[in-house]
Amino acid sequence: MSEPLLKIENVNRIYEDKETTTQVLHDINLEVRRGEFISIIGSSGCGKTTLLRLIAGLDRPQSGTLFLEGEKITGTSPKRGYVFQQGGLFEWLTVEQNIAAGLKARHIYREKKHRIPEFIEMIGLQGFEKVYPHQISGGMAQRVAIARTLINDPELILLDEPMGALDNFTRADLQDKILEIRKKHNTTMILVTHDIDEALYLSDRIVIMTPRPGCIREVIDVDMYHPRNRNGHDYVHLRKKLLEKFHMASEVKDPEYMI
Amino acid sequence: MKSEKKNGTYFLSVLMTILGFLLAAFLNAAVPQKADVVFKPHEIFGITTDSNTAYRFVLVLLSLYYLILGIVSARSEEKKNKYIHATKFRFVMGLLLFLWDLLGTKLQALPQPFFPGPAGIMEAFVAESDYILENTLYSLRLYICGFFIGVVTGILTGILVGWFPKVRYWLSPIMNVLGVIPAVAWMPFALTIMPNPFSAAVFLIAVSVWGLVATLTATGVQSTPKTQFEAGRVLGGNERYLVFHVAIPHALPQIFTGITTSNGYAFTTLVMAEMMGQPGGLGYYINASKVWSAYYKVFAAIIVMAILFSVITHLIELLQKRVLRWQEGVVK
Ligand SMILES: Nc1ncnc2c1ncn2[C@@H]1O[C@H](COP(=O)(O)OP(=O)(O)O)[C@@H](O)[C@H]1O
Ligand SMILES: [Mg+2]
Repeated sequence: MSEPLLKIENVNRIYEDKETTTQVLHDINLEVRRGEFISIIGSSGCGKTTLLRLIAGLDRPQSGTLFLEGEKITGTSPKRGYVFQQGGLFEWLTVEQNIAAGLKARHIYREKKHRIPEFIEMIGLQGFEKVYPHQISGGMAQRVAIARTLINDPELILLDEPMGALDNFTRADLQDKILEIRKKHNTTMILVTHDIDEALYLSDRIVIMTPRPGCIREVIDVDMYHPRNRNGHDYVHLRKKLLEKFHMASEVKDPEYMI
Repeated sequence: MKSEKKNGTYFLSVLMTILGFLLAAFLNAAVPQKADVVFKPHEIFGITTDSNTAYRFVLVLLSLYYLILGIVSARSEEKKNKYIHATKFRFVMGLLLFLWDLLGTKLQALPQPFFPGPAGIMEAFVAESDYILENTLYSLRLYICGFFIGVVTGILTGILVGWFPKVRYWLSPIMNVLGVIPAVAWMPFALTIMPNPFSAAVFLIAVSVWGLVATLTATGVQSTPKTQFEAGRVLGGNERYLVFHVAIPHALPQIFTGITTSNGYAFTTLVMAEMMGQPGGLGYYINASKVWSAYYKVFAAIIVMAILFSVITHLIELLQKRVLRWQEGVVK
């Protein structure tokens, strides 16, 4: 077997206050292959964002190591794109300029700016190039955030509940868009979500996390062809199984996480 | 029907606006002057005229301006409404000029020479337009130099203070203390360290602007949400990028608040500095006129100041609108 794209080895993350120490992540181990789509699900506060930030290089673990293509992760890199839950766009830049931001930041704007229209088209925002973020809807804004990450040609895209703030209709739309993008660019993606259905619809594997301290409880393979039929027999069956596991995983019975 | 009625209202509105000023002009022409006030004719821009004629000329010019504005505004519903809204005010302004002319010049009912009529003030412009222009340009030059230096150094200081905690540690207490001291208090000091009065005044104006612009710039930089910096970093931006493409754009609205607010401070400082020892400028002109009890010149200078200040403020507003156009329609 070839080397995994991302390798997480015995990662621990502890937050220390004056009085309290909280172990947020405990002995996390995970390998992600190139081209894979991974979803991380788990109840609120179980450390999903913390894990994603460690992969992005926005945060450091107390112990353990993360590798991308065998190279130790020590800080941020455009190779690892990150889509924030919300508020990641620069509100003083137009849609087009936001997409170009990564090119500007890396001083390759001149050579690569001809690609911008392609990405605008990909996210279906033709005609919105010169519009500012506050003038577009939340769903559009997240598409821009994905496009501006993608234009950097990352090895890996990290998505932290990018559809959390969207209505159902827009969410389904964006999910299909993400599948389409993935098919075209063959980018590896790690998605954090609290929506079991979303994880099931999109992923090759689903990582279930449990809280306090945040551990990986189980990794579930989803062997189904795309596009997946949300009412298909296998789908419904797996969904039921997943719900049970998830139910057991989260000691707190919070109706928000039962779809 | 409805739009016809609306058009009728608008037509009336333009008429009313002009009528006020034309009435004032008519009064000036029709009512004879009290015998003991005489306006001598002067030559201005190659034309020989007296103050009354010049005053009427200005009134006619104003009416023409509002007529043209009325015609131009007719094209957009929004501008039309704005024009209609201002009608009452403009009409009353015309009537006030009418009254003022009657009491101040024609009947001399106001205490003289403290309250000259409008034509009396025109006398200053007619008699020494060159000198007023010279002083206006002096003020303008002082203002531009001082304000520009103050804004630029203020923004630079603010960025350093906002970005580097060490700079903040040493500079922000100084900024806070200096910020509350009126800039003119430094006058004696400025006069000793600066080579000439002009640069001393530039220094004072710059000081009056620097503190507020620096403080607000620093606040704007510091209040940049963490997510925005992280977004810049994951896109591949280095520290330089984070400063110039994240923190500064984010701080721009606050920087402009600093600029527009300190614009007023700068103007106050300018006039005070000029009144306290400049070889020229509108403040100097006021002082020099006061000595001769030439109050009409004082009023003339005040009018020029008002126009100058509103033009500068307007230009800053235009720049602000342009730079912050991404904020248009944002509800905060
Ligand atoms: N900067 C921080 N300091 C202290 N505790 C933190 C910090 N960030 C997150 N935590 C804690 O870590 C836990 C996991 O947070 P997070 O990774 O955001 O969870 P999730 O994304 O799964 O909802 C939470 O209990 C939160 O209170
Ligand atoms: Mg989270």
